[in-house]
Amino acid sequence: MAQTYTPGTRVFSTACTTEMIVVRAPEEAVVVTIGGAPVRAAAGDPEVSPADGYDGGSLLGKRYVNQADTIELLCTRAGDGAAAVDGELLVVKDAAPLPASD
Amino acid sequence: MNVGELLEVAAPALGNRPMVVDREVTMTAADLLDAARSVAAWLTDLGVESLAMVDLNSRAVPIGLYGAAVAGVPFTPISYRLPDDRLRALVARTAPSAVVAGEGVAERMGEIDGVAVVSRDELLDRAAQGRTAPGGAGASEAAVVLFTSGTTGEPKAAALGHSNLTSYVLSTIEFASAAEDEAALVSVPPYHIAGVMAALTNVFCGRTIVYLEAFDAGDWVEAAVEHRVTHAMVVPTMLARILDELELRGVELPGLRLLSYGGGPMPVRVIERALDALPGTDFVNAYGLTETASTVTILGPDDHREAHASDDPARRRRLASVGTPLPTVELTIRDESRDVLPVGERGEVWVRGDQVSGTDDAGGWFRTRDAGELDADGFLYLHGRLDDVIVRGGENLSPAEIEEVLRRDDAVADCAVVGIPDERWGERVVAAVVPAEGATVDAGRLQAAVRAELRSTATPEDIVIRTELPVNELGKLLRRELRAELTAELSEPG
Repeated sequence: MAQTYTPGTRVFSTACTTEMIVVRAPEEAVVVTIGGAPVRAAAGDPEVSPADGYDGGSLLGKRYVNQADTIELLCTRAGDGAAAVDGELLVVKDAAPLPASD
Repeated sequence: MNVGELLEVAAPALGNRPMVVDREVTMTAADLLDAARSVAAWLTDLGVESLAMVDLNSRAVPIGLYGAAVAGVPFTPISYRLPDDRLRALVARTAPSAVVAGEGVAERMGEIDGVAVVSRDELLDRAAQGRTAPGGAGASEAAVVLFTSGTTGEPKAAALGHSNLTSYVLSTIEFASAAEDEAALVSVPPYHIAGVMAALTNVFCGRTIVYLEAFDAGDWVEAAVEHRVTHAMVVPTMLARILDELELRGVELPGLRLLSYGGGPMPVRVIERALDALPGTDFVNAYGLTETASTVTILGPDDHREAHASDDPARRRRLASVGTPLPTVELTIRDESRDVLPVGERGEVWVRGDQVSGTDDAGGWFRTRDAGELDADGFLYLHGRLDDVIVRGGENLSPAEIEEVLRRDDAVADCAVVGIPDERWGERVVAAVVPAEGATVDAGRLQAAVRAELRSTATPEDIVIRTELPVNELGKLLRRELRAELTAELSEPG
């Protein structure tokens, strides 16, 4: 189901153990899936298995973005499913981390 | 997103690595989460609307910060160094509240309506009860309330929202990225924005926090060695004293990977000395304000080393820059009519971004009241507070700019320039100078230097020799106080 997301929203996979936090999101409603299945707002046991093509897994601490760079998800718990937005698989964001300043 | 969730997601990812170390114990992130939840349950029972803390650094700081966040009430750390009446007045503003009082603080505050005073030990007892907070955190959008240092007036409350703080952490910190051996030494007090941020960012990246109760150069060096500290954040006066201490003890800190500094203007002479004394350390200059949830610009390690190694004066000047804005922060320089100024022109620094609270402009912009300019490569140079500008005969003069010239004189250890009332000019320029050890200050030479480098109108008419300048506990100049003192001194007959 398409919905709008605000930064800081946590999403949980229904197909694996993956947990992510929305860092950036477009104003328009989008469908966020992990392992090909829609995400939910709280943790729970997997209901389905990751779908073919969406089973590449997610890595702890990685940031995932779409081609248009309009959405960014941060993985806080790894799993077997891969995140996608409106069916488009997200890719690991390639950016140099900032030096610690606090 | 609630600030407590930063810890909630970090705890399972970090396992058994030490998260918080203070004089007494070592806790993991999971221990910290348990403690925070237990404190949250207690705060909910009490029905208070905030948790204040008037204490030195210890594990009680992150426990209180996260505990309050989980309970949905703001955490309000307050300076224990305030005089009794001002401390009492600030604590009274937090009611209905619980206040954690450090040693001797309860007696100084006395009884305050609507304020439940508990000791640090009692908070730690509550934290150890293994309770869980009821679901659905409280409704306060403010996660942390800080009273700004008030070097020029009454303390102002800055409310930092959960969204301000978490957006900063999410956009600038890499989750669980710290190597297992990384440890950050925190010696800034809990009521400073850098102390608050340290408790959030280090948890999110998984870097052990080593708390020093309060800053002392000797203790700092000892803790850095004992705990194999890899990261630290200091304010300028701390760095100068740490360098003295290292020299005195003949100690090197090869394990110190990164030293960040901020919280006030860093004299170029001090940072150059630090770059020489700590050749293996990365330096980061971070500029930010309480209201911007700390850092908005960064001068990175490579910029430091390149500038330091360069013979080109333009490159070397970079050491005086606070760097470039974070990718998530917009920064502009504007004039008094709010128009954006071109590169190289001096005006007021305005910033915008999700981390910025207290925006006073419809477009989400925050006016910093700091004077500054950007160079062609986007590096920001600050020129002091706008409120400190001296108006002499209708001409605006920047004290910071004059101080910079004076500081280059070898006989000058420290200095401050203020404007004092003058019948003819409205204000006239006065410099208070602290001589370097064993040096004699030549007033004529200082005046000539300002005249040559700036202009004759900026030349201090009086140069007053002082053994020290009035500063707050973090070494920040109390300019208003100095101005009052000098005004009284120089207008005395005879």
